[in-house]
Amino acid sequence: MFSLDLLLDAVVIGVLLGCFYGAVSLGLSVSFGLLDVPHVAHPAFLVLASYAVYFLNENYAVDPLVAGLLITPIFFLLGLAAYRLYYETFEKRGSDASVRGIAFFFGIAFIIEVLIILQFGVDQRSVTASYIGKAWRLSDIRVPYRLLVAFAVATALTMLLTLYLSRTFMGRAIRAVAQDQEALRLMGANPIKVKQWAFGIATAVLGIAGALLIIVAPVDPTLDRAYIGRTFCVVVMAGLGSLGGTLVAAIILGVAESIVLTLFGASWAPAISFAMLLGILAVRPQGLFGRRS
Amino acid sequence: MKRNDIAFWIGAVVFLAAVLVMTQVVANQYPFFAGYVILQSIALAVAWSILGGYAGYVNFGTSAFYGVGVYASVFMVSAFGAPLPLQILTGAAVGALMGLALGLLTLRMQGIFFSIATIALTIVIETTITNWRYVGGAAGIQIQRPAVTSPFDSYVQMLFFVQAVLVVLAVAISRYIQNSWIGRGLQALRDDELAAECSGVPTLRLKLLACVISGALMCAIGAPAAMYLQYADPGSAFNLNYSVTTLAMSLIGGTAHWAGPIIGAILLGTTQQVLTVTISSEVNLLVLGLMLVLFVVGAPEGIVGLINKLRGHRKEGEI
Repeated sequence: MFSLDLLLDAVVIGVLLGCFYGAVSLGLSVSFGLLDVPHVAHPAFLVLASYAVYFLNENYAVDPLVAGLLITPIFFLLGLAAYRLYYETFEKRGSDASVRGIAFFFGIAFIIEVLIILQFGVDQRSVTASYIGKAWRLSDIRVPYRLLVAFAVATALTMLLTLYLSRTFMGRAIRAVAQDQEALRLMGANPIKVKQWAFGIATAVLGIAGALLIIVAPVDPTLDRAYIGRTFCVVVMAGLGSLGGTLVAAIILGVAESIVLTLFGASWAPAISFAMLLGILAVRPQGLFGRRS
Repeated sequence: MKRNDIAFWIGAVVFLAAVLVMTQVVANQYPFFAGYVILQSIALAVAWSILGGYAGYVNFGTSAFYGVGVYASVFMVSAFGAPLPLQILTGAAVGALMGLALGLLTLRMQGIFFSIATIALTIVIETTITNWRYVGGAAGIQIQRPAVTSPFDSYVQMLFFVQAVLVVLAVAISRYIQNSWIGRGLQALRDDELAAECSGVPTLRLKLLACVISGALMCAIGAPAAMYLQYADPGSAFNLNYSVTTLAMSLIGGTAHWAGPIIGAILLGTTQQVLTVTISSEVNLLVLGLMLVLFVVGAPEGIVGLINKLRGHRKEGEI
């Protein structure tokens, strides 16, 4: 039954969920939005991070958020290596290689998925922490703590990354390379090194995002398929390269998902992000805050 | 007809005759079960590369077309009790419409945007089918096979032959496209869409045509699978593994020549069958993914490209 309370509940949950979607899309916003890398494997790296957090939590009882921080340096290095491989084999060879670049990342995503299945099996996995499983009551609205934690960390993460890109020297270099790679080369800087660094940052952020993913809900090896829709929907809706827009777009997606879930049931949930993505691509491919006309 | 054409058609007839003889002689059912899957892979890979290879539009939506083919059959059987040929024709018709829709929807998209849109299409259609009670919904649906028609002894043997016919059809169409102005036009727009358009290549019509043909074929190939499995559920009919497998087979074989996807599909399809039986289906998928990445990185033109390179080197040596 439809009621105002139910709708309000859905909107509150949706906003919290949206901020979380923003956090898991941040990396893609940099790697795809700023660097134009067709990073289809982004959600697979995300799920991989979740499993790393699960492993630390299960075996050494590390808090999921701390575990997320611990794996960040490893993911940074992973990102550096991934971009190097991508650059050497595809970007360097020119436009024809872009078709194969997509297939390359698709293959990588597939390999990660199968490796996780081989190591952890196909069952759902979850983590334990003091804030998981309890809820906070605000009159009629019931908000799970896990969602609040994810919301807080996600917002902080988005602000930190935005500040990094706008205030630090390296962050500005990253935005410069997104605007005009040749100009950067003329200034005597090496654009490839800057892009590699940026890709490393984008992947490092996934360490914490992966922790949030497994805090919010249990994960399974093929979860990355659903997140292809969510992350790309957010990044494309925001407009490529718009980090602030990412948060707005993510909240729109979160609220839409939450409302549809309340009104029509969970069986329609997987299609929402993909349907929105299709709609945006067809109607307004430059997104809400796009840098391209 | 040119000499090449005659050779091709003789080869096709010999292939079909061999398949027919096999259904009459071999009594063991297993080769037909395994062979059906391999034939299906070949047909899908060939159909995929009409759009993905010649035109260079990476379609991740193979499973969308395949699944729609399966469910077109399911619908035709449960609503009208339609016979197999009608199921396949319905599949082809729905696939053509879907290809047209995909083509229209994605006219403005290139590269990664097109690929992501095809994944999106897959999930949206899968979710719709999941919520459609008439064709079984999420739980799936059982399908009764009708009695088999002579000269076949069992239904699987007949399906095996039907899939072989579909393979020949797909290959013939793909080969015709490659050798005609359509293929040259598609290759031109693959290399540079703007330049092709400026030189008078009707890129819009060609893209739509490639989408329609590729889509119709993929749906038609999926249609008999409902009868093959006697069961359909959204999760397995729309499994993204079909997309990855087809993509891998085409790229590993090489998409520049119509024979590439066939080589890739035979090689990978057989390896997959062997690995699935001897080790496990996970290891089989791992090998598939690794080979895809290895080929994309190391041999971008696929096996066909490697062969051409070897030939080229020999010629240089001779001169």
